[in-house]
Amino acid sequence: MKNNALDVINLRKSYGEDLVLQDISVTLAQHEVKVLVGASGSGKSTLLRAINLLEGIDDGQILLDGQDITAVGVDADKVRSQIGSVFQSFNLFPHLNVLQNITLAPRKVHGTSRSDAEANAIQLLERFGLADKAKQYPDLLSGGQQQRVAILRAVITKPKVLLLDEVTSALDPILIAEVLSLISELKSEGMTMMIATHEMGFAKRVADQVLFLHHGQILESGSPADILENPRSAELKGFLGALREAGRL
Amino acid sequence: MSYQPSALRLQREEARRRASRRSTLIAVISTVVIGTILTVVVTGAPGFKAVKQSFFNWHYAVTSFPHVLSGLWLNLRVLVIAGIFVLIFGLLIALARTSHSPVLYPVRLLATIYTDIFRGLPLLLVLLLVGFGLPGLGISWIPNSAVVLGTTSLILTYSAYVGEVIRAGIEAVNPAQRMASRALGLTQTQTQRYVVLPQALRKVTPALLNDLISLQKDSGLISVLGAIDAIRSAQIDTAMSFNFTPYLVAGALFVSLTIPLTRFTDWLTKRQDRARVQQGQW
Repeated sequence: MKNNALDVINLRKSYGEDLVLQDISVTLAQHEVKVLVGASGSGKSTLLRAINLLEGIDDGQILLDGQDITAVGVDADKVRSQIGSVFQSFNLFPHLNVLQNITLAPRKVHGTSRSDAEANAIQLLERFGLADKAKQYPDLLSGGQQQRVAILRAVITKPKVLLLDEVTSALDPILIAEVLSLISELKSEGMTMMIATHEMGFAKRVADQVLFLHHGQILESGSPADILENPRSAELKGFLGALREAGRL
Repeated sequence: MSYQPSALRLQREEARRRASRRSTLIAVISTVVIGTILTVVVTGAPGFKAVKQSFFNWHYAVTSFPHVLSGLWLNLRVLVIAGIFVLIFGLLIALARTSHSPVLYPVRLLATIYTDIFRGLPLLLVLLLVGFGLPGLGISWIPNSAVVLGTTSLILTYSAYVGEVIRAGIEAVNPAQRMASRALGLTQTQTQRYVVLPQALRKVTPALLNDLISLQKDSGLISVLGAIDAIRSAQIDTAMSFNFTPYLVAGALFVSLTIPLTRFTDWLTKRQDRARVQQGQW
C-alpha cells in the first residue's frame, strides 16, 4: 500500500502559556486536498509552518511520505525541499526577476542545470499565461500575478505536498479568482495540498475534506457540504454566522 | 471637438507663472546681497592683504601643482587598495555579527569587540599607534613603509564602520524573505548568499559610497607618517617657500575628486527613493 503523503500525529505546540495546537492529528492521502478553516489565531498557520519545519513543535510527530521528519537528526533543508509553501504576502525575491525567482530552488537546491531549469520555468509560465512576465521584476506585477508566480515557484520542484497559507487574503476579488483557478488546475493535476483559507466558496470547490480549527483543535471535519450546511458545534455555527454577516459566504 | 482650456485654468496658470517669476527674482536679489556682504567682510578684513599673499599666490600654485598632483596619485592608489580590503573585511565582520551559529560565537564576540574599539578610536591615533608602534616591535615581516602602515590603519578603522553599515543592511531585509528562502529548501548559507546579501547591499549602497568619499579624504592623513602624498607634497613646498598656496592646491584637488563621487551617490539615492515610491513602501 502507498504511504500517505502526510501524517500529522498528536501535534502539540505552545507559545509560552498559550497552547496553539492541541494534539492535532491529520492525514493527507496522495492527491488529496484538505482545507483548513477557522478564525484568525485558531492555529491554521502554525500547523502549516510546523509541517514545513519553519516552526518547532513541542510534541507529536509528522510523517512525510511515511518518513518521520520530526525525528532527531533529520536534515530540515532536505525536508523543506520536498514541500512547497506559499504565503499570504507572496514573498517573492524583489531583486530577482520572475524567471530567476522560479529557477532559484531548482538550480541551487535540486542541482538542475540553468538551461533545464529555465526551460521548465518558461513552460510552466506559458501554461499559466505568465510567459510575458518572465523578465519582469516582482514590483511591476499585480498582486494576483505575484501570487501566481509564488505558487509556480513552489510547485516547479514537484513537491510531495503543497501548503497554501491564506494565499488570497491580500488580494481583491478579481485577483483572487485568477489565483484560485490556478490552484484548481493544480488539483486536477493531482497535487496533494493543505490549504488554509477564508474563501468558503473555493473550499467547497476544491476540498476533499474541510477541517474546522478552533483554539488549536480540530472541532469538526467532513465534506464541504457537511461543514458548511450542517454545522454541529456552536463554535462552527458562530464562525459560519460571522462569515455570512461579513458577506463572505 | 478640440479641447479649449477653461478661463479658470488659464487664470490658475497665470498665477503660477507670476509666483514662479517672483521666486526667481527673490533668489537673485538675495544672492547678490549676501555675496556683496561676504565680499565686503572678507576683503575689508585687516589681514586680507597678507592672507591673499600667502594663500592665493598664483606663482606658487603653478609651481607646486605638479608635485601635489603626483602626491595625489599615491592617495588614489591608497584609496583603491584600502577600499577593496575595507569592503571585504566589512562584509566578513557584518556576516560574523549577524550569524547565529554557536560555532561562530567566538568570532562574533571578536567582531563585536573589534567594532567597538575601532569605531571609538580616532583615526589619527590609530595611524600613530600602527605607524610608529608596529615597526617598533621589530618583527621582521612587518614592513616599515609609511604607505603600507598608513593604509593598514585606514583599513582597520574603516572596516569597523563599513561592517556596521552592511550589518544594518542585512538586518533591514524583511525576515519573511529569509523564511520564504528556507521554505524553498535553501540552506542558511545559500539564503544569505542568494537572497539576503544582494538585497542588503543594494539598500546600503549610498551609505557605502558615503564612507568611500570619507575614506578618500582621510587617505590624506597618512602624510603624518611621512608618506609623500598630496598633503605631504604641499607641506614640503610650503616649508620651502613660506607660502601656503600649495595647501589650497591640494584642497582643490581633493574636492575635485570627491565631487563626482558625491553627485553619483546623490543620483543613486534619488533613484532608489523613486523605486521605493513606486512600490509604495513608505
